[in-house]
Amino acid sequence: MTSANVSYDVPVQPSALTQIRRTLFTTLRKLSRRPLSLVGLVIVLVFIFLAIFGPNIAPYRFDELIRGATRQPPSELYLFGTDRLGRDVFSRVLWGAREIIALPAIATALSVLFGATIGLFAGYFGGWIDEVISRFLDGLLAIPALVLALVMLGTIGPSSFGIVVVIVILYTPIVARVIRSATLNMRALGFIEAAKLRSESTAYILFREILPGVLPALVVESALRFSYAIFLTASLGFLGLGVQPPSPDWGRMVNEARETFAQTPWELWAPAAAIALLVIGVNLLSDGLRSIFRYEGQLV
Amino acid sequence: MNDQPIIEAVDLCIDYRLNKRWLNAIQSVSLTINPLEIHGLVGESGSGKSTLALALMRYLAPNARIPQGRILFEGEDLIPKTTAEMREIWGSQINLVPQDALASLNPAYRIGEQIAEITRLHKGLSKPEAWDRAVEMLRRVRIADPEAVARRHPHQLSGGMQQRVTIAMALSTQPRLLILDEPTTSLDVTTEAVILDLFRDLIRDNEAAALYVSHDLGVVAQLCDRVTVMYGGEVMASTPVIEMYQRPLHPYTISLLASLPRPTEGAETRLPTIDGVAPSLAERPHGCVFAPRCPVALDKCFDEKPPLEHIRDSAGTSRLIKCHRWREIDDGTLAIATTPVQAEASAPPGQHYVLKARDLDITFEKPKLWDRITRKQKKAVHAVDDVSLSIRARSTLGLVGESGSGKTSLARIIVGLYTADDGEIELLDLPLSLDLHERSREALSELQMVFQNPNDALNPYRTVGNALARTINRLVTTDMSQAAIQRRVYELLNLVRLTPQYATRYPAELSGGEKQRVAIARAFAANPALVIADEPTSALDVSVQSVILNLLKDLRAQEGASYLFISHNLSAVSYLADWIIVMYLGHIVEEGTQEQVYNVPSHPYTEALLSAIPNPDPTVEQGEIRLDGEVPSARRIPSGCRFHTRCPRKIGAICEDETPPWRDAGDEHFIRCHIPIEELIALQQTKPDAQPQPVAQAED
Repeated sequence: MTSANVSYDVPVQPSALTQIRRTLFTTLRKLSRRPLSLVGLVIVLVFIFLAIFGPNIAPYRFDELIRGATRQPPSELYLFGTDRLGRDVFSRVLWGAREIIALPAIATALSVLFGATIGLFAGYFGGWIDEVISRFLDGLLAIPALVLALVMLGTIGPSSFGIVVVIVILYTPIVARVIRSATLNMRALGFIEAAKLRSESTAYILFREILPGVLPALVVESALRFSYAIFLTASLGFLGLGVQPPSPDWGRMVNEARETFAQTPWELWAPAAAIALLVIGVNLLSDGLRSIFRYEGQLV
Repeated sequence: MNDQPIIEAVDLCIDYRLNKRWLNAIQSVSLTINPLEIHGLVGESGSGKSTLALALMRYLAPNARIPQGRILFEGEDLIPKTTAEMREIWGSQINLVPQDALASLNPAYRIGEQIAEITRLHKGLSKPEAWDRAVEMLRRVRIADPEAVARRHPHQLSGGMQQRVTIAMALSTQPRLLILDEPTTSLDVTTEAVILDLFRDLIRDNEAAALYVSHDLGVVAQLCDRVTVMYGGEVMASTPVIEMYQRPLHPYTISLLASLPRPTEGAETRLPTIDGVAPSLAERPHGCVFAPRCPVALDKCFDEKPPLEHIRDSAGTSRLIKCHRWREIDDGTLAIATTPVQAEASAPPGQHYVLKARDLDITFEKPKLWDRITRKQKKAVHAVDDVSLSIRARSTLGLVGESGSGKTSLARIIVGLYTADDGEIELLDLPLSLDLHERSREALSELQMVFQNPNDALNPYRTVGNALARTINRLVTTDMSQAAIQRRVYELLNLVRLTPQYATRYPAELSGGEKQRVAIARAFAANPALVIADEPTSALDVSVQSVILNLLKDLRAQEGASYLFISHNLSAVSYLADWIIVMYLGHIVEEGTQEQVYNVPSHPYTEALLSAIPNPDPTVEQGEIRLDGEVPSARRIPSGCRFHTRCPRKIGAICEDETPPWRDAGDEHFIRCHIPIEELIALQQTKPDAQPQPVAQAED
């Protein structure tokens, strides 16, 4: 055994940053080998780009009334046509991208944060703690989504904040259940018990020993929740409980265009297609993530 | 009976498609099974033995192909047959007894229906006829009350009973060939012994031939007529069983046999081992596959693959062998060291005790408040009942018993993973809290554990170095410099014979044996006084097992630690242990030095355990005592002596009514039995009559 010729400065564990970068890179590489997932990834990236730079690209402001150009069909000048007030539909869709992506993204991130923490606790401790938490989550899960949204937003008034709160209340228990069952499978493993025997703190065991193991399930669930959150936000917009006028909202645009569908179908097609395309993109991506992790079982 | 072999594989190759490449898994294998023969197929994991066994049924994984060779079943080539044609043969002429009985029984159907289905399909029996036949088959595999068992569902039966059912299924159509794929690997020694007896009788009665796949050379020795040894997808040797054990000619067979711990070996020896690990599919050497690990390999062995020769050795035995040097081994000019070598002399066990535990007691699933309110009669599981033990410095205490005896619970109480309900523990003469959270850092570092399953002992997302460094950091000192910790990590890797490069590897890059070595290094990182090893070799291959056992023995000498070594493998225990305690249903039934426990007199339970060990020497008769049935549930502990329900030496009502006394057999050798020591000695020197009894099904 010649340990002398090995230098002692080999790091025994790569830094967290290196690990995350490596994981991200391998995940992207594997995704890019699956044509459908690649399509999903491209769609999502395009929408994220639009959410950030949409207003800069848009030829008009979302509320700009173009004189003498009401109810114009799609043309070179007005890509998706104009509505009954003479607003450019293409520009309105671009301006609206920000909120339909940002709100669900924030809400999903918060749901995942709360849900994962609750799930880790319930799954790791088990016993009566798990029992109490799980029954409480079951209670939350029993609330119908739209009823909660209508009541909440009806009382506090429609707002971006309200939408985020509704989504977090609805999705936290779902994420928590997924993480709880993944944690339950890990709590009796040897390396968790070894950590207990070194008197590691509960927080260390939960977030340093268990969390990396449930991360694949968490990533897949986040992508899925994100796509449902987009749907829900659009639905609330359609019902008039979303972002309030005059700022453009895809769901509300669909609702408003409904009445004049016979005369100006483009007014409805454009936002509806945008919603559908975004949801399809996110779903393709989450499908891809799921199959990658199903075969690999782990991230590294 | 004609002399045509039942099945014959000729020059058979099997490839697997992995990562868009065809990799060779089985390389030009030839195998012949004659009528009435039980043929053993032995190899380590990855040797291709299961692939070959299933391929003989022409049953292949979807990503496998047979590029060359023939499989002749009673003279007929199976390879060109369609799957539909094979279905006529499967289940009626070639039947499989699988390793995992529960997984291969359909949970939704009753036992009787599942057996009946086969005879209805292949023999055209009517429903009632087939049902009667199923009940008859269950009776033939010696299940008591077969009518009742036929109406049960698979999950209601114990592991041993499930395995009997799969045998009943396999035999119900009177097949010509039975393929048994490690059918006893997941069973207890005592159950295994009973099942093996059953195989032997049933295969003979049915005039079938059988292929018995196993990694356990002891089982093969006791059951088979002829043995084929596989390594790296190739047949190394094929020999009648007696010759294989008495005059092995292949270096691999010789080393494998030598690496088995035997109960007769002294404590101051090391097992001969086979260095290195078996090659993976992608990196098989192009010369002799065994050359890299062979103690007597020549340059020629690395360059040129030896042919599989059909030879007649100097004693006139016909064998198949694949080795360049068999002639030298045969005529005695080449010897391979097989005798255990002297171990590093360890200091004798000290007089003081590292650990003393008194009256430990633990009960699971106690009735809760709700159960009391609803007056639900819920029986608690009394897993460890009033157990005391002490371990001396630099010594090993072996703890043996079947599954369900409470040995793992006891170990977990001592390390603190379970908090005992009652009892006292003293570690190095200082009282130790039963609650893990109240133990000091010093106490934690003195008491370390090696887990049973090396695959989940290490966090898959952490490098080996990180796992070791974290333990040093937590348990040894918090103010060590980064460089000092790293030096200590390399030192620990060196201690378990791993190179420093392993520090940056992830567990997924290690073999099972390497993972277990890292787990052992982690246990020794804290300079413990006592290491608790819970079946540390049970998940490992035979050749790796001896390496780990040697390592544990060396570390005891080097580091001056004591062990509590838990195992159901009595040979492995005897290799390490100075003292042994035997547990049954949460009680200690016998304690004494290794020699005392392994010799007369011993508790009837210990006697049965020893008798059940399959001896890796076909000329030595296996002991005759068989324990039928399973360990009773710890929810319903039998009254009086807990062992009376299965005891072959029960003397009468006293065993059922009164708790047996501790009897002193001299020199701190204690046996808990109603039979006086003198009578036990007299009884155990003569053999009892062994009657195969139908087994009653345990209630749980």
